[in-house]
Amino acid sequence: MNIYINGTGCVSPLETAIEGRLPSAAPLYDNIRLKAAEPDYKQWIDIKMIRRMSRVIKMGVAVAQLSLQEAGISKPEGIITGTAYGCLDDTGVFLTKMVNQNEEMLTPTAFIQSTHNTVAGQIALLLECHAYNNTFVHKGFSFEHALIDSIMQLREGKISNILAGAMDELTNHSFNILSRFNLFKHAHAGEGAACFVLSTEKGPNAIAKLKGVSVLYKPDSFEEVAADIVGFLAAHNCSQEDVDLVITGRNGDPAGDAWYEHVENKLFSELPVAHFKHLCGEYPTANAFGTWMASRIIASQEVSPAVLFKGNAPSSIKKVLLYNHHDATHHSMILLSIC
Amino acid sequence: MATLKAQIIEQLNLQEVKPEDIGDDTPLFKDGLGLDSIDALELIVLLQQHYRIRIANPEQGPEIFHSVRSIANFITAHQQQNQ
Amino acid sequence: MGGNDVWVLGGGVICGIGNNVPECIAAFRQMKPGMTTMQYLTSTHRDSFPVVEVKADNATLAAKSGLPAHISRTALLSAVAVKEAWESAKLGNIREYRVGLVSANTVGGMDKTEDFFAEYLQDNQSGRLRDVVNHECGSITELVADMLGIRHHVSTISTACSSSANAIMYGARLLKNNLVDVVIAGGTDALTRFTLNGFNTLMILDQKACRPFDDTRTGLNLGEGAGYIVMVSDAIAQKMDIQPWCKLTGYANANDAYHQTASSPDGIGNYLAMQQAMEMAGITTEDMSYINLHGTGTLNNDLSEGTAIQRLFGNAVPPASSTKSFTGHTLGASGGIEAVFAALAVKEGYLYPNAQFSHQMKELNFSPVTKFSEGNVINNVMSNSFGFGGNCSSLVFSKENS
Repeated sequence: MNIYINGTGCVSPLETAIEGRLPSAAPLYDNIRLKAAEPDYKQWIDIKMIRRMSRVIKMGVAVAQLSLQEAGISKPEGIITGTAYGCLDDTGVFLTKMVNQNEEMLTPTAFIQSTHNTVAGQIALLLECHAYNNTFVHKGFSFEHALIDSIMQLREGKISNILAGAMDELTNHSFNILSRFNLFKHAHAGEGAACFVLSTEKGPNAIAKLKGVSVLYKPDSFEEVAADIVGFLAAHNCSQEDVDLVITGRNGDPAGDAWYEHVENKLFSELPVAHFKHLCGEYPTANAFGTWMASRIIASQEVSPAVLFKGNAPSSIKKVLLYNHHDATHHSMILLSIC
Repeated sequence: MATLKAQIIEQLNLQEVKPEDIGDDTPLFKDGLGLDSIDALELIVLLQQHYRIRIANPEQGPEIFHSVRSIANFITAHQQQNQ
Repeated sequence: MGGNDVWVLGGGVICGIGNNVPECIAAFRQMKPGMTTMQYLTSTHRDSFPVVEVKADNATLAAKSGLPAHISRTALLSAVAVKEAWESAKLGNIREYRVGLVSANTVGGMDKTEDFFAEYLQDNQSGRLRDVVNHECGSITELVADMLGIRHHVSTISTACSSSANAIMYGARLLKNNLVDVVIAGGTDALTRFTLNGFNTLMILDQKACRPFDDTRTGLNLGEGAGYIVMVSDAIAQKMDIQPWCKLTGYANANDAYHQTASSPDGIGNYLAMQQAMEMAGITTEDMSYINLHGTGTLNNDLSEGTAIQRLFGNAVPPASSTKSFTGHTLGASGGIEAVFAALAVKEGYLYPNAQFSHQMKELNFSPVTKFSEGNVINNVMSNSFGFGGNCSSLVFSKENS
């Protein structure tokens, strides 16, 4: 059974929602904090619904609509989202009022919008979609678990397509607090949303094939990760030599990037390597941006100089391995191939 | 009633709606402005915050919030009661 | 044993009517619901609404769970219930299996975050960082996973009130896809000011003990707790000498797609979830022995759920009750806690009582069960969990030989 990526959508600190492709030169961000470049959401969301939506919800709905449009379907047979932080802005608004007003005269909108599955719920509402609807909220695996759930459901054969995506936002409060944990000493703080229509049938604008996803929690050593990657590739009938391009989630933090260094040098020393967090920043579901980027690279067969980190752009890109980790505790591998 | 309309627009974050756009008798729910049950709860808080009127039973909402005029009448009636 | 079955080997619960499964069953037997005035949480609304808190402070929970006392109550509750579930499954050393922990919650570490926020809002460099380091829903799950040495697959789901039912479904899928050998699945939620105030803005809290499925009901009571079941696949079950409680034979999730917080009048999401779960279990309406209702006690839920049940079962609605009349609405934990009750109903032939019931709803043709009993012939039990965002889930548990 093949799983095709038939449509994608992405909102990020670049103009990815409008352009749908990568820049040719890496942008120079002058601020450690990256803000998503937001499209005009009114083209996808009715004004009566927009008024209640915070940024992360609008981002999520927009990328869902973009990917459905590209896939040429109006109603998916399942909606699965991943978000580590959930709807932070609404959470912050409600908390602030609750503290400042001593629990009196509070209003419902921020509370309702703060539930983690609001994005998935709003998409279902907009599309009048009664299908399976789920939201993963497991830190640096939120996106990957959404993909794993999607793959398991498609394998059951009862449905032929699923909308799967992930989103996380940065608010003033969250940026302040996360900064206090020294998370942005080297890495940029990012945010964004990306969505994919996954299907067992090849669509008219099919972009790539999703071959496999695997996660590894709190590995003890570089060697354990390397062995896991080799095993992952083998499970998908792929050797290290079969891979044409490796994409890693290096973010500028030396301790974190050491994991990528080891894998790149030990397993793929002859291969070109691309990276993406210098475009989207670091956040728990940044790998959704990475996957969007990987799929667009396969579709266009081009690796923009803006994303090439090491080596030369390959002439033919049939298989792409995406290796990412968040906080060095949540490691994941995604294998994509040409249609 | 103009003040009330402005307060409603702010409380419900009705973007791109100006007070002049809301008729005194325009139905607020279902048709007209198309507000829903969450908006009704927001309006209950608005009444408490700006006019110090408590509505204990949300079921009274549809009748009180039928139009701006019905809200205004309700406020006047309550304020007269308190005097 | 068939090919692709999922076996329930055990379960653990901590909630406002008991700190473990036997205590909870005793409460049902003795007709002792857990609603009281707030004792453990501080809030300006303390005397306004009855709640169903776990009758233990954090220091006591810490001692029971093995986690430190300064950790979020959500994690403490989770650890207690996960441990009870694992022990009841009698599988021995957890490190000998590829174990998955799928734990749902809605509040995460909010009980600590809301304390932090009061100081932080005065000065954004103040407030103790250790109070927010485990704010995320996923962090709560990992505190428990790390303590128990579970590493193979650790996940967290959050879909409001249907969260832990969805966790159980995902767990079952992981087993069927051979990604794990054993799954501990369910959920946890602690009572917080955030949730209490949030529900208060929706004006759906009862100022007295709630009356699910009663014509005079006026709202829900918030509860807290944690509940998990331990499941294994056929392949594993065949290798071991196990004494299962029952099988998980059916599950489904459907979306109401009607409104963000209210259920549609005809309960289409509820109906689809129940219908599809039963279809998967391969049972007809006549085979259903008992329904553990979502039954929060709100005007909206009980009417939608009741309407959907009537549409599905016609004039032959099986015995049904809402255990939330005892435990309150435990939000992210409710699907998990009620799954344990449902699985036990199959194992022991229990029918649970619906407390505070006197008047049949005028729109419905059935009334809930009001007395506890055991030794009944219970072949199939359905447990419903319907959440915000139109998220509707139903689970079906069945006797082994079905």
